[in-house]
Amino acid sequence: MPTITEIEQSLIDDFAVLENWEERYDYLIELGQNLPPMDPELKTDDNKVHGCQSSVWFAIACKDEKISFQADSDSLIIKGIVAILEKLLSGQAAKDVENADLTIFNTLGLWKHLSSQRSNGVTAMLSHLKAAAILCQGKAAKTSSVDSEAGA
Amino acid sequence: MSRSILSARADFPILKETVNDHPLVYLDNAATTQKPELVLQAMDDYYRHYNANIHRGNHALAARATQAHEDARAKVARFLNAEDPKQIVFTRGTTESINLVAYSFGDAFIHEGDEVITTQLEHHSNYVPWELLCQRKGAKFREIPFDENGELNLEVFKNMLNERTRIVALNQVSNSLGTVNPVEEVIRLAHAAGVPVLVDGAQGVQHLGRDVQKMDCDFYAFSSHKMYGPMGIGVLYGKEKWLEAMPPFLSGGEMIDSVTSTKVTFNVLPFKFEAGTPYVAGPIGLGAAIDYLESFDLSELQAYEDGLLQYGLEQLADIPGVVIYGNPKQRSCIIPFNLEGVSAYDVGILLDTQGVAVRTGQHCTQPIMDALKIPGTVRASLALYNNKEDMDALIKGIHRVQKILKR
Repeated sequence: MPTITEIEQSLIDDFAVLENWEERYDYLIELGQNLPPMDPELKTDDNKVHGCQSSVWFAIACKDEKISFQADSDSLIIKGIVAILEKLLSGQAAKDVENADLTIFNTLGLWKHLSSQRSNGVTAMLSHLKAAAILCQGKAAKTSSVDSEAGA
Repeated sequence: MSRSILSARADFPILKETVNDHPLVYLDNAATTQKPELVLQAMDDYYRHYNANIHRGNHALAARATQAHEDARAKVARFLNAEDPKQIVFTRGTTESINLVAYSFGDAFIHEGDEVITTQLEHHSNYVPWELLCQRKGAKFREIPFDENGELNLEVFKNMLNERTRIVALNQVSNSLGTVNPVEEVIRLAHAAGVPVLVDGAQGVQHLGRDVQKMDCDFYAFSSHKMYGPMGIGVLYGKEKWLEAMPPFLSGGEMIDSVTSTKVTFNVLPFKFEAGTPYVAGPIGLGAAIDYLESFDLSELQAYEDGLLQYGLEQLADIPGVVIYGNPKQRSCIIPFNLEGVSAYDVGILLDTQGVAVRTGQHCTQPIMDALKIPGTVRASLALYNNKEDMDALIKGIHRVQKILKR
């Protein structure tokens, strides 16, 4: 499996070849639409991310010290952002998720304003992922969705 | 002689900004309006030439600053047609004005089993303070519902009014739907039952009539920053009999007459309600904003803004897939809408990339969104410097958003 940094670089390259904001948003939305569907049973109030203008559900699981997650949003743009997070972090070792230092949200010209907003939920989602990654390490197997201790 | 409204745009330096390589199209005026040169200069002038703490200083700058601060109070009184400047209390904004009444009036006059009436159309700032007051006092919190047009149901209100009702609080204009509420009718009905009324004028003062004697409201609250003045300053107007009878809200310096360890007596109105060093530049800027607003004829201003609103509403209604919320008999400067099946957030972000600033979400009115069963709306809101080109940019922007999102 490629490293987080490798995946990040290839995503940045993908966006870099697109010529204008419309094409970049187009691609972002396409990524979102290809996001694997979320199990409807996981769309609970506990799994709702606070601090977003739109509805975002986010369920993190830990197995064999690896982090995976499912997510959905009524916003196509946020779903695209979630898809990027999913490509970057889902299936990665918990230790690597904990230590991930993502630059992609600052480098894509597309969201020079998006990334600084708390409203898109990236900051909240990342802190949930990192918290879950810390809990996930050193545990044999824990397959439940994100719970209150991971703070979804 | 009033100025032409079409000349207003040039008075606002910020409107020359570009956003995401597009000329700024600012349609988020219900959140805050931009500031004309006149306001910027008045505040700059204060800080450069006569900044001082007011009321007790015995030097020239203090005297000048005090004079300017109190002149601004007199100007606000005249602007609202209040009987006396002492009925004008400076606050941080509408929210603080309403909280002042909810705490102070509530403390004195609302007891267990009493009732408070507000409406389902309120901003949280004219809803939550009353809800919390009722929780503190064991009083009953009641709300007038709105109908499918986004208008208050006054028949329900008539039935709600009773001998336990202690106050009614409603807005002049809904910040979410733009409904112009029948405040004079509500006040007439409430007064007939002996109940005072607080009017939240945050979205009304800059567009509609603001004659508090004509309205006959007991309290009127508004913010400077939504009427071309600076942020951080607002006003509470109150009828003298209420302000005299109400205990202080905040305490400390300025608001006292004499202090010993066993007894405190309070300063006269309005200073009883103005504890601490005030935001002197605020009223000075607000005074300049009033001068600015009054340089236009109010009925011409209303006709202009209304024409622009109708134009925008009609253009939007012509776009397939656009849903406009509410259809009140009178709407002021607010266009609430969604694109079918599209999150308001996405519309806001994609309009922003085209330089068009709108607001998306719940607009601090969750009870309205719950009643409409929607998570939020896109809200375009107008001010006197907006023009037909701004509306056209919004419409063009919506078409592009649809193109990007329709797949």
